[in-house]
Amino acid sequence: MPPVKSKNVKSKKMVGAPVAKAVAKVAAKPAAKAAAKAVEKSVVKVAPAAACAMPTQQGLVRLLEDDGSVLKGKDPNLPKDTLLFLYEQMVQVREFDRRMLMLQRQGRIGFYGPILGQEAATVGSVAALEPRDWIFPALREGAAAMMRGLSLTEAINQLIGNGADRCKGRQMPCHYTFKEGHYYGMSSVIGTQISHAVGAAMAARIRGDDVVVLGYLGDGATSANDFHSGMNFAAVYQSPCVLFCQNNQWAISVPISKQSASETLAQKGKAYGMPFVRVDGNDVLAVYSVTKEAVARARAGHGPTFIEAVTYRRLGHSSSDDPTRYRDEAEVKAWEKKDPVDRFRAYLQKRGLWDEAKEVTFKDGIAQRVNDAIAAAEKNGPPADETLVTDVYAQVPQQLKDQLGEVLALEGRGVNQGAFPL
Amino acid sequence: MTATDTKAGSGKTGTKVMTLLEAITDAMRFEMERDDRVIVFGEDVGKKGGVFGTTAGLFEKFGEKRCFDTPLSECGIIGTAIGMAVYGLRPVAEIQFLDFIYPAFDQIVSEAAKMRYRSGGEYTCPMVIRSPYGGGIRGGHYHSQSSEAYFCHTPGLKVVIPSTPADAKGLLIASIRDEDPVMFLEPKRIYRHGKGEVPLGEHVVPIGKARIAREGTDVTVLCYGAMVSVCEQAADEAAKAGRSIEIVDLRTLVPLDEATVLESVRKTGRVVIAYEAPKTCGYGAELSALIAEKCIEYLEGPVVRVAGFDTPFPYALEHLYMPDAKRVLAGIEKTFAW
Ligand SMILES: Cc1ncc(C[n+]2csc(CCOP(=O)(O)OP(=O)(O)O)c2C)c(N)n1
Ligand SMILES: [Mg+2]
Repeated sequence: MPPVKSKNVKSKKMVGAPVAKAVAKVAAKPAAKAAAKAVEKSVVKVAPAAACAMPTQQGLVRLLEDDGSVLKGKDPNLPKDTLLFLYEQMVQVREFDRRMLMLQRQGRIGFYGPILGQEAATVGSVAALEPRDWIFPALREGAAAMMRGLSLTEAINQLIGNGADRCKGRQMPCHYTFKEGHYYGMSSVIGTQISHAVGAAMAARIRGDDVVVLGYLGDGATSANDFHSGMNFAAVYQSPCVLFCQNNQWAISVPISKQSASETLAQKGKAYGMPFVRVDGNDVLAVYSVTKEAVARARAGHGPTFIEAVTYRRLGHSSSDDPTRYRDEAEVKAWEKKDPVDRFRAYLQKRGLWDEAKEVTFKDGIAQRVNDAIAAAEKNGPPADETLVTDVYAQVPQQLKDQLGEVLALEGRGVNQGAFPL
Repeated sequence: MTATDTKAGSGKTGTKVMTLLEAITDAMRFEMERDDRVIVFGEDVGKKGGVFGTTAGLFEKFGEKRCFDTPLSECGIIGTAIGMAVYGLRPVAEIQFLDFIYPAFDQIVSEAAKMRYRSGGEYTCPMVIRSPYGGGIRGGHYHSQSSEAYFCHTPGLKVVIPSTPADAKGLLIASIRDEDPVMFLEPKRIYRHGKGEVPLGEHVVPIGKARIAREGTDVTVLCYGAMVSVCEQAADEAAKAGRSIEIVDLRTLVPLDEATVLESVRKTGRVVIAYEAPKTCGYGAELSALIAEKCIEYLEGPVVRVAGFDTPFPYALEHLYMPDAKRVLAGIEKTFAW
């Protein structure tokens, strides 16, 4: 439905307080007309931004300008190692992403969900955690698993769905699982992981563990039921978690202006009663800093934080999507200028920590690592037939063994002689 | 609102060759032209025209008031559709994949399904929930499931599944005109496979009437959706061995056309039920029980179910999971076991 347009948009004001005032006024004045007028005057309607406009700057935390120069007095002065780690991870994520999309185009993997443009949001936030902290990813945080130590080969095993894949070839591509790295294996159902993240953090506190949970979600997920339950429980129980929303402006073809009528997603944190931050998601220093602060708050027992990272999905939703059907190329072009990797490289170069030669050597190294990983992963065969019926329960029920035996016998694979290979 | 709101549909006659997907779009377009109470909404159904393209062109033709994108909330989609239906519209709500319908399950089974009964017939819920279902597209757990049985188990809902382009159009039109909530499940695997002649303009296939897809005398194969063409392949193979197979395409699971099913079983005395869903407590269990209750004396062999595994839907081993013609054929042979 077309959004209701309001004529005088005063975008700076929030809706909450004035409404309460208006309601009080209405109760006092008997004349219905006057009452209606009072409401009309007091309720500041916030018109959703047009589909192609840049997001509002409302409350946006930034440390770097688009060109990589530091905003006055804002340099967090992170140690050199941290800075280089952030940059190298972003470059690696980007190269991995590019190559995997190519493999998909060549039919070597079945599907891929690229993250081009969102590297800083993922890398900056994961880097703010301690290794013992847990990560509950949404669709585009596969890089987090690799930052936690999932090897590139293992990641590609998952994308292929081969026999060496940790999920045993049972999930679509991009659904990594990596328990040693405290990286949760998610479903495709949008939003469900939000309350899982909150619950895991509650459990860590109940057990007395010094563990914080970082739960990711997309802008689209803020409309899901689980967002409400998750946010509410997080705040009510002061769950030691950080809920990190990658507002990449799109949920497949639905723009943020049609996803939510809130001026910012961050402000939803206020409604639930938790601290909230809106950060430039293409500014890795800013993302790192605000997440670090939120994690410290959770660790210190001061409860959850909601972070909205304002970023942009530069490619299609997935390898199956053609975004030219529903969005303006000009918008994509405008966001290219805010590229998170270029921006941070410019910063490092200005500080003398990076140069062209380092760039070339580093990129060559990644290209080689990705090549090697692809070659190693493609050597693995498909999952064993038995994996169709294992892991449904702790023990495989006889009925499932029979079902598989019957089908394999038809395939002429001869397990119908009584000795089922399980 | 009353039926006077409806305009005569376009007076087109003749047929056109369409895919099942195009026939679904055609049905919505036709109904939207005919009846301004019909509105279409869901995730990505507007400019994008749906992730599979079933709503292509509707946004352009009817505008955002009648074809619009929603926020990512199945619960919101179905909940508001119920409100609209109660008020007098004829909402056609799309759930992008049947696998994602569960956030709306409460709204469907507790609200839509019980509306008429609980209000003594005062309030009704004439709406259609369209959703692609089934496997065969390498979609893994969450883009492949066949969960029709959950809905068949809920009194108050109708469950309709087409298998041909012409039926897709006729059944969807009948569903939109129906006075009760209809789950219209679309076998996505055959969205673009096998084109067929589809009547232009008015074309209604009544809900509750099965179709004899092929006549035969030896074995009855009961099936629906994408399994119909799999069963036809199996029947071709069986014919080579001299077996004459009757294929009944159920078209609507609720209400079931019992008469056609039982008549066929009485004729052949042998039954195979083929469906993609997990076998246990799937729709085949109901059919099997019905046959046992009403015509066991006609049976000359065991009632055989050929179905999916009692496992979540796999990704890499999809080919092993999906019941194919070979498995249906083996099922047919089993009915001769006695
Ligand atoms: C409950 C549910 N409904 C619908 C879908 C189909 N779907 C997959 S991704 C997506 C959009 C997600 O948008 P967002 O949360 O913004 O994440 P992004 O893709 O932008 O990273 C939709 C509608 C789904 N996976 N789950
Ligand atoms: Mg998004």
